[in-house]
Amino acid sequence: MTQTTAPVPVATEVERAPRARAGRVRRLTGSDRLVLGLMVGVPTLIQAVLIWIPTLLSIGLSVTRWNGLALSGIKPVGLDNYRYALRDYPPFWPAIAHNVIWLGFLALVATPLGVLLAVVLDQQIRFTRLYQSVFFTPVMLSLVLVGIVWQLVYARNEGLLNNLLGTAGTNGAVDWLGDPHVNLWAALIATGWRHAGYIMVLYLAGLKGLDPSLREAASIDGATGRQTLFRVVFPAMRQINILVVVITFIEALRAFDIVWVINHGTNGLELLSVLVIQNLVGEGQVIGVGSALAVLLLIVSLIPIVIYLVRTFRKAD
Amino acid sequence: MHRRSVLKGTAALGAIPILAACSGGDPATQAADSKATSLGSGLADAVPKSGIQAMVDLFQQQSGDTVRLNVMPRDQLVNNISTYLQANPEDVITWFAGYRMRYYAGKGLLAPVDDAWETIGKNFGAGLADASAYQGKKYLIPNYNYPWAVFYRKSVWQQHGYQVPGTWDELLALCATMKKDGLSPIAFGDKDGWPAMGTFDYLNMRTNGYQFHVDLCAHHESWDSPKVQAVFDNWTALLPYQDTGALGATWQQAAHNMANKKSGMYLIGTFLLQEITDKSIVDDLDFFPFPAIAVEGTDAIEAPIDGFVMTRRAEKNKAAMDFLSFLGTGAAQDAYASKDSSNLQTAADANTSTFSPIQKKAAEMIAQSKKVSQFFDRDALPAMANNVMIPALQSFLKDGKVDLKNLETQAKTLYAAA
Repeated sequence: MTQTTAPVPVATEVERAPRARAGRVRRLTGSDRLVLGLMVGVPTLIQAVLIWIPTLLSIGLSVTRWNGLALSGIKPVGLDNYRYALRDYPPFWPAIAHNVIWLGFLALVATPLGVLLAVVLDQQIRFTRLYQSVFFTPVMLSLVLVGIVWQLVYARNEGLLNNLLGTAGTNGAVDWLGDPHVNLWAALIATGWRHAGYIMVLYLAGLKGLDPSLREAASIDGATGRQTLFRVVFPAMRQINILVVVITFIEALRAFDIVWVINHGTNGLELLSVLVIQNLVGEGQVIGVGSALAVLLLIVSLIPIVIYLVRTFRKAD
Repeated sequence: MHRRSVLKGTAALGAIPILAACSGGDPATQAADSKATSLGSGLADAVPKSGIQAMVDLFQQQSGDTVRLNVMPRDQLVNNISTYLQANPEDVITWFAGYRMRYYAGKGLLAPVDDAWETIGKNFGAGLADASAYQGKKYLIPNYNYPWAVFYRKSVWQQHGYQVPGTWDELLALCATMKKDGLSPIAFGDKDGWPAMGTFDYLNMRTNGYQFHVDLCAHHESWDSPKVQAVFDNWTALLPYQDTGALGATWQQAAHNMANKKSGMYLIGTFLLQEITDKSIVDDLDFFPFPAIAVEGTDAIEAPIDGFVMTRRAEKNKAAMDFLSFLGTGAAQDAYASKDSSNLQTAADANTSTFSPIQKKAAEMIAQSKKVSQFFDRDALPAMANNVMIPALQSFLKDGKVDLKNLETQAKTLYAAA
């Protein structure tokens, strides 16, 4: 480790920090610096071109009015687009509410269900591999496919659910996807079906990696199964727990595909992401309004990200 | 999600150079005596694509000019039309009548095609001519169209002894009778959001007249007016007779409700015949124009027109104009229809001997109409149709309420940005 010509740049990086702090002469060779520069520079460039520049342009366009034709047609309008989104655009507040419900459902129902499945399947029960595969299958399907599968379940007259309930073809048949009072919940159950499997696999991996001696020690100390789970296993799984929480947030904010497949996110299935797409892409493009909606979604998304980063960095110190 | 969304936010900017790089025309060849032209076609599905190819082949064979054909997916053409027209478009492109054509004509991105209309104008009635014009100049060569009408099964109507309603009151009375007879009077599927616009268009044209409808769509009239309120008042009377599950059903499902004799009638375009193909049912189908309400009788019909426009840069290309003149002839449209018979040729000298009885009747209805509307999403700013009308109409179907003041506020913002 005294040589600085190590071919693995990661090692060089690790090594450099204490040296620099110690105030000693830098011993990086020219090619090291080149490799390092490329490794830092290329991702930074990609990040800038694909994320930061578009973000700044979006923020810029969100305070303008533009028809997408000549650049000279861009007119500044201050906060008009935000006012439009927050005050005049009827789907906006329902979309916010639906995103919050989405988050609540994932956090309170789907994620705990996934954790529960993981804990149960971690026991030495029979056919545990089979169950794992069954619950994991939906995760391997794209959400678009999940949407199509569930449409077969929810269809009003031909659907599985109404046929099981015996209401298919009658006037009492619930229109699971068309009735705005129930369709959000129908979509949430379809999403939860997939989300729980995802969380299960993550958690199961964590549980398998847990040092078995922890459990042994707990049981020698006379802890019950429940005590072991809540007092020993969960605290030891801290990192996975945080990961699961972050994933739940991300899934709730980027929810899009399934409502898009059902009815393009209208009639009770409005979500922020859908409004952004509707206003920015395709026939309904209104660049200013769409950009303002995208910026609002960005701000909403930043909240959990900032909380997560603050926690992570605080711990690192 | 937000990153992707933000990315798409600048797709408009990004698309300019990308599209410019993609489309292939070479401006250097645009001499006045050129023997070459090009066609950008958004008809990418196999059947319509072969129809366009047949038109191109026939023109090349007849004129000796060459046409370079660039076929792209419909969504690609429609969604990127602004950047496409500004970049390096083909000379002629497949496009639509109505506001969608006028908007780009008004921005100077399309060239007038009056020269072509001088030779082929006699092929088109007043309704089609009007729909192809902007500020006194023609910008579109119609190819085919598909009218909207009220379809029904003759056997069902015979069984119950129903008569075709000519007026609004007769329509409502018929609906009430059908309900008593255990039928759902009007089949309706609005899960995709756009089919309800057909009902709105007809109610508005019949209540306030064609001109008001077009002006409202172009936002030359205010939404927050008693005239628009009257449209929704009429709709409130009709709403109890439309399928209650409309918000969860597609137009195809609604079509089968009528085909299965559960519903008495169905307001839809003739593309219905692409969904209902069972010969015994097709032969049992008939239709009537949407009944008169207050003004203009049934003079105006809704019949979206698909056709061709010329891009600005091809203005001086004689081959392009010759090609457009050709596209407006019956022979050209017959070449198309020989591959894709689901629509109606618009040229008067087209061969109609292959038409089914129902197509013949539809063609007559168009020929007799004085005004042709283009469906809300083509007569209005697309953003207005997509982002405002779909949610507004769906919420109206849900609880019978509509906030006209808010519609006007939204329209003001969107049209100001257009």
